[in-house]
Amino acid sequence: MSGLELFNVFILVFLVVAAVIALRVKDLLIASVVFGIYSFLMCLLWAEMGAVDVAFTEAAVGAGVSAVFLIATVFNVKRDSSD
Amino acid sequence: MFGEDGGLLRELLVERFNYCIYVVLLLIGLYAMIAKNNLIKKLIGMSIFQTAIILFYVSLGVKEGASIPIYKPEHDPHGHHAEDHADHKPKDANASSSASADAHDDHHEVQALTDEQTRQYANPLPHVLMLTAIVVGVATLGVALAVVQRIYRAYGTIEEDEVMKAIMEESQGIPSTKGSPKSKKGASKKRKAKKA
Repeated sequence: MSGLELFNVFILVFLVVAAVIALRVKDLLIASVVFGIYSFLMCLLWAEMGAVDVAFTEAAVGAGVSAVFLIATVFNVKRDSSD
Repeated sequence: MFGEDGGLLRELLVERFNYCIYVVLLLIGLYAMIAKNNLIKKLIGMSIFQTAIILFYVSLGVKEGASIPIYKPEHDPHGHHAEDHADHKPKDANASSSASADAHDDHHEVQALTDEQTRQYANPLPHVLMLTAIVVGVATLGVALAVVQRIYRAYGTIEEDEVMKAIMEESQGIPSTKGSPKSKKGASKKRKAKKA
């Protein structure tokens, strides 16, 4: 297995872990930040797969704007979640 | 038989690992959208669902040993032409020989890359399609979060079951007795807004 493949598998496993954590924590602020981490991992993966334009957009829009939107909403509503 | 099976498993887990994870992420997102009670959790699930689909499409464009889909210098007809043009310009000014004029004409025509050359680049078509999908995704998320804030202001909660209960009580004309004072205030505000 080459180094690039190992990197790929490493990121893919962490993607699933980040997705599960983002959906399981009760604190919505932590969920939003972990979702930002998930987006950034996805962006790294796409850059590695040769889709640099998609990776740029995901870094700006997914990890940046989406996370900010989520955090702003969490501060405007309750921070705790029932599930 | 066993060897063939092992080969299949190897292909699935090593070469097509992206697709396995894509399915797992898709199902995690779908589960969150259906089973989670909190509206923001549902939206995070929706975003995970979207990025899983984008991951699938980007995976389709990957080729082994291919670089990013930007012209390499030796393949770029325009870049080569511009470079050549700069080289030839002083020569043309000094003495316009027929040979240099021919070379100049040669570089004007844009030639398509051969199959051998295109094999060195990842397929850019899925990338371009998914670029649009990412932008649509963030717009969807923005509108949905705005609606969540509006729901919170009207009902004082973002838990789906509590919102549904409040809607049912409102439609039956029973004033909600239990619930935080915030939600009562929110409900009365909503009724006022309806009257106006």
